[in-house]
Amino acid sequence: MRFFPLIWSSLFRRKVRTLFTLLSIVIAFVLFNYLSAVRVAFSMGVDVAGNDRLMLIHKVSFIQLLPESYQARILSVDGVKAVTHSTWFGGVYQDPRNFFGQFAVEPEGYLNMYPEFLLPDDAKERWYRNRTGAVVGRSLADRFDWTVGDRIPLQGTIWRTQNGDTWEFTIDGIYDGAEQGTDTSQFLFHYDYLAEANALGRGFVGWYMIQIDDPSRAVAIGDTIDERFANSPFETATSTEQAFVQAFASQIGDIGSMMTAIMGAVLFTILLVSANTMGQSVRERTSELAVLKTLGFTNRGVLSLVLVESLLMAVVGGSLGMGLSWLIIQQGDPTGGLLPAFFVPPRDLVIGAGLILFLGTASGVVPGVQAVRLRIVDALRRT
Amino acid sequence: MSDAPESLVQVRNLHKVFRRGSERIDVLQGVNLDLAQGEYLSLMGPSGSGKTTLLNLIGGLDTPSDGSVTVSGDRIDKMSGGKLSRWRSRHIGFVFQLYNLLPVLTAERNVDLPLLLSPLSRAQRKKHVATALAMVGLSDRAKHYPRQLSGGQEQRVGIARAIVTDPTLLLCDEPTGDLDRRSGDEILELLQALNKEHGKAIIMVTHDARAAERASRTLYLDKGMLVNEGVDA
Repeated sequence: MRFFPLIWSSLFRRKVRTLFTLLSIVIAFVLFNYLSAVRVAFSMGVDVAGNDRLMLIHKVSFIQLLPESYQARILSVDGVKAVTHSTWFGGVYQDPRNFFGQFAVEPEGYLNMYPEFLLPDDAKERWYRNRTGAVVGRSLADRFDWTVGDRIPLQGTIWRTQNGDTWEFTIDGIYDGAEQGTDTSQFLFHYDYLAEANALGRGFVGWYMIQIDDPSRAVAIGDTIDERFANSPFETATSTEQAFVQAFASQIGDIGSMMTAIMGAVLFTILLVSANTMGQSVRERTSELAVLKTLGFTNRGVLSLVLVESLLMAVVGGSLGMGLSWLIIQQGDPTGGLLPAFFVPPRDLVIGAGLILFLGTASGVVPGVQAVRLRIVDALRRT
Repeated sequence: MSDAPESLVQVRNLHKVFRRGSERIDVLQGVNLDLAQGEYLSLMGPSGSGKTTLLNLIGGLDTPSDGSVTVSGDRIDKMSGGKLSRWRSRHIGFVFQLYNLLPVLTAERNVDLPLLLSPLSRAQRKKHVATALAMVGLSDRAKHYPRQLSGGQEQRVGIARAIVTDPTLLLCDEPTGDLDRRSGDEILELLQALNKEHGKAIIMVTHDARAAERASRTLYLDKGMLVNEGVDA
């Protein structure tokens, strides 16, 4: 601590330059956190997907339907504990821009399959009894300011009612996520309602979710199921839920790689800016560093001063950037609720802290070594 | 030259060679010098005669090509790296022609710099700094930055920084070289007082014969050799 005033004063010997460098570091770490949140949003669910759950879809495409009768046959496979299904509804709420995921499900089976969806018991009971009832995630309810009891009309685009009317739902409950990454942007309603009221008739579902008793046998169980339906009109492809979610996210593009590339470019640029600032600062202080050495500061001491100064700049700028981005991200996702999650995972915060330390150290190393190599008599002769 | 035990500084057969490409420059050629405890010595000579180089070697800022330098019984020509740095911080106070204060620090923080390397507490350091500033008559300028001080005041701060650790020896490289006559005289009086009243041994490099007269002894260097010894003041 006794050297802090010296380091702090040296850091701000050129206030404008230091402030601009700090500002660039702040912006770099705001971008780092913000892009992390975007990356998480686009890979939503991958990290929280259960490893004891399999996803079964039509072998041709995710949008091809599967027979409802498969449920009992899947359940009979050795190692399968439970099976439920989900069907994409694709309705429009007031305006096509108000997009959100709507799924026709078996209420009890679905909630048992996804314990991370937290719904009060009274809401569960209400939903189980109400055939036109629906439950919605917290972020979706907040997005449209919905409350329990609201009537929600959805215009069917894939599934039409038999008389062409709008589908009507009543909100029976609002679920929360057990984890930060749990998707709370979904609209869930009774499959029975869809099956009975749609113009195409019942008998088909979108995909199956399968709970297995031993995650280590996931691949073998999936292969067994797919073999069971091989050479049928509805061949299947089964994968772990994590692999499925990852593949789904990848359809948009490799968002993770893109974000990493952008963050890497930004941080590398800031590293150069910061190193240049430190280099200039040390070059300007040649005689001052020589004086410090004359007074008895060792080479190690001078190196430490330069490195700590560099680290201080990175820590101040990086922390401000991380803090500022946290405030921005706390305001919610920039699409107003379209993204199922928008947050910086703890792992990325740790990486951010590591990058701050790396930036501070790396930008101070070269100037620090220059300061160490400085010969007192040469430096004093130049003044 | 005697090896009297009371000698604070003993320089023996000191050589310093610089190389500029293939050219060899013998800056010091077999210099012998003794400085007694509490002595005030001035070194004079033309530019390039080796005065500053000799001062740097005695202060452990540079290493000799040959010969020995002993200060307070320590063979500093045998020391290097951190050991030499620590020795310097305990035994030597430097006063520069251009003051070399850190512009971002106040006068008291500049004076505090050498004490940062000592084990003293903050309160003890503050007391030492106040004493040093009082000795140079700048107690009322403690919170001023170098840019807010005159040249003479800056040099006084430089002297306070040099004496704050109570060093054995003060090495002054043209301490009045950048000052007007009046400020220069004040600095010379201050150095004289430090020598007479506080017993500080001083070696001062100067071009100014009037400044050299303040010393108790003057030595002349020419082409890297001591040519004759001046008269005691």
